[in-house]
Amino acid sequence: MIGLEVRPEPSRLAGWLSPLAAAAATLLIGFVVFSLLGKDPLDAFHAFFVKPIDSVYGVSELLLKASPLMLIATGLAIGYRANVWNIGAEGQLLVGAIAGGGLALAFHDSSSPLLLPAMLAAGALGGMAWAAIPAFLRTRFNANEILVSLMLVYVAGHLLSWLVHGPWRDPEGFNFPQSKLFHDAALLPALILGTRVNVGLLVALAVVAAGYVFIRKSLLGFQMRVAGLAPAAANYAGISSRRTIWIGMLVGGACAGIAGIQEAAGPVGQLLPTLSPGYGFAAIIVAFVGRLHPIGIAFASLLLSLLYLGGESAQLNLGLPSAVTGLFQGTLLFCLLAADVFIHYRLRRARAVVPAQPSEAA
Amino acid sequence: MDTALQLVALTLAAGTPLVFAALGELVTEKSGVLNLGVEGMMLVGAVASFAVAATTKSPWLGVAAGMAAAATVSVIFAVITLTLMANQVATGLALSLFGVGLSAFLGLDYVSVVIEGIQPLAIPGLSDLPFAGKLLFAHNPLVYLSLVLFALVHGFLYHTRAGLVLRAVGESPQSAHAIGYHVVAIRYLAVMFGGACSGLAGAYLAVAYTPLWVEGMTAGRGWIALALVVFATWKPWRALAGAYLFGGVTLAQFQAQALGLDLPSQFLSMLPYLATIAVLAVISRDATTIRLNAPASLGKPFHAGA
Repeated sequence: MIGLEVRPEPSRLAGWLSPLAAAAATLLIGFVVFSLLGKDPLDAFHAFFVKPIDSVYGVSELLLKASPLMLIATGLAIGYRANVWNIGAEGQLLVGAIAGGGLALAFHDSSSPLLLPAMLAAGALGGMAWAAIPAFLRTRFNANEILVSLMLVYVAGHLLSWLVHGPWRDPEGFNFPQSKLFHDAALLPALILGTRVNVGLLVALAVVAAGYVFIRKSLLGFQMRVAGLAPAAANYAGISSRRTIWIGMLVGGACAGIAGIQEAAGPVGQLLPTLSPGYGFAAIIVAFVGRLHPIGIAFASLLLSLLYLGGESAQLNLGLPSAVTGLFQGTLLFCLLAADVFIHYRLRRARAVVPAQPSEAA
Repeated sequence: MDTALQLVALTLAAGTPLVFAALGELVTEKSGVLNLGVEGMMLVGAVASFAVAATTKSPWLGVAAGMAAAATVSVIFAVITLTLMANQVATGLALSLFGVGLSAFLGLDYVSVVIEGIQPLAIPGLSDLPFAGKLLFAHNPLVYLSLVLFALVHGFLYHTRAGLVLRAVGESPQSAHAIGYHVVAIRYLAVMFGGACSGLAGAYLAVAYTPLWVEGMTAGRGWIALALVVFATWKPWRALAGAYLFGGVTLAQFQAQALGLDLPSQFLSMLPYLATIAVLAVISRDATTIRLNAPASLGKPFHAGA
């Protein structure tokens, strides 16, 4: 009989191999799913994973969709490392878009070069304000930040819906729930002519780099890692758990807020209820697949971005519903968590566990 | 009087999915396992029940299918957290994301399909009684089922040996293991029970309450159910009361419109979520109450050692 045995030291190798194993397992499951759906798996694979990125435009779209994912995931990872579970990034993204987009609409005729930076700042502040609610309720009232931040996703969705149905609706928009299109001064300039990838990618990469420096090189980043790995030790060393929660939440909120306004001022160009195809949730997967490490996150964001593109391509080329993307996202995270068992445990041939014997595993 | 009666009936109807989901999660958590995947399991239950009800024309078969489907996906969670000892928070999130994706994928063919749902059951004779008739004897059969489930869960947890064992596993898995109980097996069963209940909650929404299939139709009720378990301080009767309280809040948006309140509908739709946040803050404020009532091993992996 094969059992699991605790490793004396967590395996770093297993930690880095696990995302690869998870991606491979997800592909394998995809192979089975495509076959069950009556598609030739190889054709389906080609349509899903190759065709979307076989042109310059395709690669630019890959980078476009990876930008918000790596941006949000880097922010979330800083919190997750400290055991601060912000899972409401989707709501913080929407409020960031509302705050920055509100500025764009208020100064609709402006052509000031300051407008765009101001919008990004407003987006960050909006996201932070939304994330401050669970941070406050957690530190002041001990309320679970997972549930509070998640509830606020729904509240943010209704808030955006009200704005674009009501006060911010484009009077010439044929009654569609959408704001006016932003003016040129409020739109992120393209990086490559003829594609949609814009300077938002540079912002995202800068945040990833800053996240790396914060986590690996700063005292605060170190303290937050300690708070996550050994809360008791952190407490003993005088690291404030309140400060940890506030920073973890606010950094995540700021990143999500910037991602939100970059969507509105980038590929979307206005405020819409369907601004984000779930980037705030997909970024949670990116953070885990990237091992909560900014460099890993940059790569993981490409993988999750490819899943988005693949879903669209599968819809166009195979007649498969694009909802298959969500299915793959969930499967990938399941596979990753399962593969992670080998970080702390290894296989060994074990004798059968006899439960009646007291164990000293406590 | 009629309006008041109607309000009671509507509140019961709106609270019922929360009763199912919260009681299921409560049993899971009593065994020491935190499953954040309720929302995903509810959606899987909803889509499976709707699909089977639409195909077989039997909503009751649909309910059974919804429970079975949600219990099945809960096994994925159980394998990863109990056998492979992964982080329960992350795995529960994965289950929610997976359930959202899976249900959207499976449900595409059923959007805007119309089915004959489970109708309220007017118990002949009794439901014609003045006042008490409508109040007690004219609800949807699944509403009665939720009350039966409550009685069963309460009775099981506090009046049976098996319930005692389950609670012991949640409080101190090491001791339960030491005196010979299969901690992991018991937790598997608790997770699957929670899954089946979430499936039942989803099925109620899809084949009785609406009856429709819409992507993401649970609209956060799974997360509200999780909050309810905390609100209930892990006591079934408080979960029941909380579920109806929230059912009432969900209704507020319709009531406000009926009363001619000129608030945009979006603000009224925010109410259940804001109420959940407020209630969580109030109940969690006293950290000691939470610590004393929460199962001691909640969320912690258990490894028996070999």
